[in-house]
Amino acid sequence: MLDSLARLGRVGLAMLASLGRAHLLLISILRGLPSMLVRPRLLLVQIYGVGVLSLLIIVVSGLFVGMVLGLQGYYVLSQFGAAESLGVMVAASLVRELGPVVTALLFAGRAGSALTAEIGLMKATEQLSGLEMMAVDPVKRVLTPRFFAGLISMPLLAALFSAIGVIGGWFVGVGLLGIDDGAFWGQMQNKIDFDEDLVNGVIKSLAFGLVVTWIALYEGYDATPTSAGVSRATTRTVVQSALAILGLDFILTALMFGG
Amino acid sequence: MATAQSEQVPATLPRAERPGMTDKQMLVNVRGLRFCHGDRCIFDGIDLDIQRGRITAIMGPSGTGKTTLLKLISGQLHADAGTVEVDGQTIQELSRDALYQLRIRMGMLFQSGALLTDLNVFENVAFPIREHAKLPESVLRKLVLIKLEAVGLRGAAALMPSQLSGGMARRVALARAIALDPMMIMYDEPFTGQDPISMGVLVSLIRQLNDASEMTSIIVSHDVTETTSIADYLYIIANGQIMAEGTPQEVAANESDWVRQFMQGEPDGPVHYHYPAQTLEQDLLQSVRH
Repeated sequence: MLDSLARLGRVGLAMLASLGRAHLLLISILRGLPSMLVRPRLLLVQIYGVGVLSLLIIVVSGLFVGMVLGLQGYYVLSQFGAAESLGVMVAASLVRELGPVVTALLFAGRAGSALTAEIGLMKATEQLSGLEMMAVDPVKRVLTPRFFAGLISMPLLAALFSAIGVIGGWFVGVGLLGIDDGAFWGQMQNKIDFDEDLVNGVIKSLAFGLVVTWIALYEGYDATPTSAGVSRATTRTVVQSALAILGLDFILTALMFGG
Repeated sequence: MATAQSEQVPATLPRAERPGMTDKQMLVNVRGLRFCHGDRCIFDGIDLDIQRGRITAIMGPSGTGKTTLLKLISGQLHADAGTVEVDGQTIQELSRDALYQLRIRMGMLFQSGALLTDLNVFENVAFPIREHAKLPESVLRKLVLIKLEAVGLRGAAALMPSQLSGGMARRVALARAIALDPMMIMYDEPFTGQDPISMGVLVSLIRQLNDASEMTSIIVSHDVTETTSIADYLYIIANGQIMAEGTPQEVAANESDWVRQFMQGEPDGPVHYHYPAQTLEQDLLQSVRH
């Protein structure tokens, strides 16, 4: 009994210590912003790696999610004679929820895991120590540009996901199921609110981008510098990011649309 | 290559009592260094000096903390007790900026080379110069090519690290370590895993660079033959203590069984071949009972 309590205590303390290290790392990363602004090329290279290379999976997923929404939405709405409202349903679902959430989940799997593996391997191959010994701060040089690349890329990817999803929904609803083109776009234009829907969606995707990139960088930087350690850190990034995205989504939705 | 002065120094004398050696001659002074990892103390009150302009080797069996000592000297780790002074500055008392300023004057060759894998050979060597010296591109190019020429790899400037052999990667890392003409360079196991040709090249490079640039070199290694062939002074460490020190000749003549076993690579002696355990018979009988 006492042993179990002691073990529980040790796990709790280790978690708190890890949380503390993660916050200290975030502060160090943010402190690197001025030096990164002096050398914007570092940021652009990372936006390419984190954002541009994620485009394919985001575009393809967005298209299929939009098409499935179109099919499912048409089936439900037509039962109530409201099939013309399909555009609103597809757009609201994507902009408010699916766009930010699914993009963040995909972003964690594609870019987050890559970031953790890259940083972890840089640690395992002594590249981070090498930077330290060359009097170059690895947090400012390596982590800060990657963090802001994630923060900038996520809302753009989520916006693209939603836009492609709407086109997918339009293709199924208007192109295949015969809904009126004007009704599809007109109702969407009338009902989707800029502040309530679009801005809230962007805020969500910014929050998810911050959390996913932060987790990915911390896990890589804190990884045990062995192949097994990097592998475990990469898995933790995907699992923790997914849980954080879903938990945070509930909190943000409750705050934004809860009443 | 040992100097007459060093040969006169009895290995057993405490640092402060060494004749003819002033603090100014010493680039690194370690006093009462204690460093523990968990319950295990890797160093327990050791004293050590690194003289300017010479090659000092720190040797010992694997896992005795040789690399840890380099990390303590370079400020990557902090001692639990005692002091580490480099060029008159106490490492533990330096701010981060001051430590970075000091590190600009230090070079380190990591065991893995630690080359940045997304940069080619030229850019790897240019990296510290770009970071710390604002030079015109034409001057920087010449400087990098001179450094690569010094290690015989000017022709490999466009290659990526993944295209280099282990020996070439270490030579590129060496070119990068000397890019800013440091006062001191630390080599972490430079000979490990090298073929005889690469090993020979590295041995002569370390000696040549040290003599030509009047640098101070610290080599951490357990390769006895190669290290003793170029070192001016040796420290043998084990179990958190300095087991022997002196010129290669003095250490080779050391009468301690432990030192003799290490220097001659004997499989058994004070350091046992077998990891501590109960007898083989006890183990075998135990497995029968189970």
